[in-house]
Amino acid sequence: MPAEENEQIGQAPLAPTPRAETGTRRDRRDAAALALKGVPHEPGASKPDPIVVVDDMLRQFGGLTAVDVEHVEVQRGAITALIGPNGAGKTTFFNLLTCFDQPDSGTWTFNGHSLTGVAAHRVARLGMVRTFQLTKALSKLTVIENMRLGATGQRGENVFRALFRSVWRTQEGEITDRADDLLARFKLDTKREDFAGSLSGGQRKLLEMARALMVGPEMVMLDEPMAGVNPALTQSLLGHVKDLREDGMTVLFVEHDMDMVRDISDWVIVMAQGKVIAEGPPDSVMGDQRVIDAYLGSHHDAALTEEDEEQVLAEAEEALERERAENEEAKH
Amino acid sequence: MDWTRILINALEASVGLQAVVFALAAIGLNVHFGYTGLLNFGQSGFLAVAAYGLAVTVATFGLPFWLGIVIGLVGAVLLALLLGIPTLRLRADYLAIVTIASSEIIRLVVRSVTFEGTFGGSDGRQNFAAGFYSLNPYPKGNYNIGEFGFPERVMWILTVGWALVGLSCLIVLLLMRSPWGRVLKAIREDEDAVRSLGKNVYSYKMQSLIIGGVLGSLGGFVYALGQASIQPDIFGTDTTFFAYTVLILGGAARVGAPVVGAMIFWVILSLTDNVLNQAIDAGYISSSIINNTQVGQFRFMLVGLLLMILMIFRPQGIFGDRREIALDAR
Repeated sequence: MPAEENEQIGQAPLAPTPRAETGTRRDRRDAAALALKGVPHEPGASKPDPIVVVDDMLRQFGGLTAVDVEHVEVQRGAITALIGPNGAGKTTFFNLLTCFDQPDSGTWTFNGHSLTGVAAHRVARLGMVRTFQLTKALSKLTVIENMRLGATGQRGENVFRALFRSVWRTQEGEITDRADDLLARFKLDTKREDFAGSLSGGQRKLLEMARALMVGPEMVMLDEPMAGVNPALTQSLLGHVKDLREDGMTVLFVEHDMDMVRDISDWVIVMAQGKVIAEGPPDSVMGDQRVIDAYLGSHHDAALTEEDEEQVLAEAEEALERERAENEEAKH
Repeated sequence: MDWTRILINALEASVGLQAVVFALAAIGLNVHFGYTGLLNFGQSGFLAVAAYGLAVTVATFGLPFWLGIVIGLVGAVLLALLLGIPTLRLRADYLAIVTIASSEIIRLVVRSVTFEGTFGGSDGRQNFAAGFYSLNPYPKGNYNIGEFGFPERVMWILTVGWALVGLSCLIVLLLMRSPWGRVLKAIREDEDAVRSLGKNVYSYKMQSLIIGGVLGSLGGFVYALGQASIQPDIFGTDTTFFAYTVLILGGAARVGAPVVGAMIFWVILSLTDNVLNQAIDAGYISSSIINNTQVGQFRFMLVGLLLMILMIFRPQGIFGDRREIALDAR
């Protein structure tokens, strides 16, 4: 792939704008850590300044309970990681929070707005923007067009005004300037006129993140930002996520890569089988017995008897079946 | 064999009534399928609603010509809403199913015996075009350059028809280079991504369905007025698929593609028809191999073959961008 060599430019130290200096970054990190200091390391712990509050959220697919969260709060201005083993319901929870899926019951608020029954595009307009696990670069649009699309309140997006260029030309210019700034920051400016479909996996992730920023969000939700990203680009992506906090945004992300979670998150929420089982700063969470049990099974260090083995096998098969059902469900 | 006649027929087909009608139908489809990714398999329904809206208003109820046009246009908008409201929130294939079914429902209703008094059953409607031809600025006579040319009535409908084609292309051009068109193209690529950026996808899809439907319905008016007569079976599924052929020949998501596609499509049909018929008449082809009545069907096979060859060697259509097709293969 010819795009490969260009990925390396993303590795440069991250100081594209004055506000991203390491000093301020540490300040923000410290501020977030300080704010979260007194918070008990318990599932459902209340935060000093929550931006998202979730109560009794339930989502079932047929007989399977995908998400059953009693209470969760996300701290404003911090980077919160959502982790858990496969099938824990992280992505479903994500979809529910951003209204891409509707829960069977429960209430949740963003900035004090109730999001029950709100359309997904309105959530974005309220300031909560998400990315996707399978990157959704709009392949046959150029990189710059992808970026321009992200801007909200465009006059030219009304069908009647669209016919008259003079009505939207000035605004389009402003949007383009903003897009170019972001592209430079994400080191995508050399790809400006290329089709988004011609970018590599990592560049698409960058583009998706940059495009989300065009909306001007208060909170960014990243669904597995590192999935399928070449390790050389990981550091750069990590830097960009930290920059979001830098700019005063709140970040909630789903991730499997524990090193990344430890490196950038201020707070970690652990899900297993649809429930929140632990919360806390990264170091305390990773030593938590409940978390280890959730990932490895509670009897992982005891020898297996034949009966156990059969049971484990049966459970595994059941789980596979469930997952298949869930997938089926998700497809429809 | 009279090659002059063959070529003149082909030339006339390239600008003739059918080319205009299918250019308009395909311009509408281009908005749906080419730009927004909506699978509308019932474009003939929009043509039918316009044609019957006009014909029934004038011929059955004796109301003025312009009112008929208005009713046809309103009918097209209502049809788009009717099709869109239940399906545009669902996956793409539901729109395809509903549109193909609804266009057949429209055809079967207007040809039904029950409503013969209103729609004229399988004979359709005539005597509604007088209002249109009374506006004809061309004096009586033939307007020819050599052997190529048309009488004044045909000149009038073709003038209006090509003006509508030009206007439609202009509207599509202006819309598609605007931020509005950008949202449409983004929806074609991935509607969830567009939703996540705060755009009301449902509303844009509905606008696209209405605009494409109305542009297509212009083809219905032109056909009805050009023939001064309509029958229900003109608006079968064939019409929709010819329009798709025209669009794909030209290259989807290109403003001028439907126009060039339509011209090429009807030139090929005219050429194959004339060449084969004359070859049979002149005895070059034995009528034991193929006779004159079989030519009509055979030429569609040739069009199919041509389309296959085009898809193999130029999958983007005549005007398409090869780079875009290459992206799909990644």
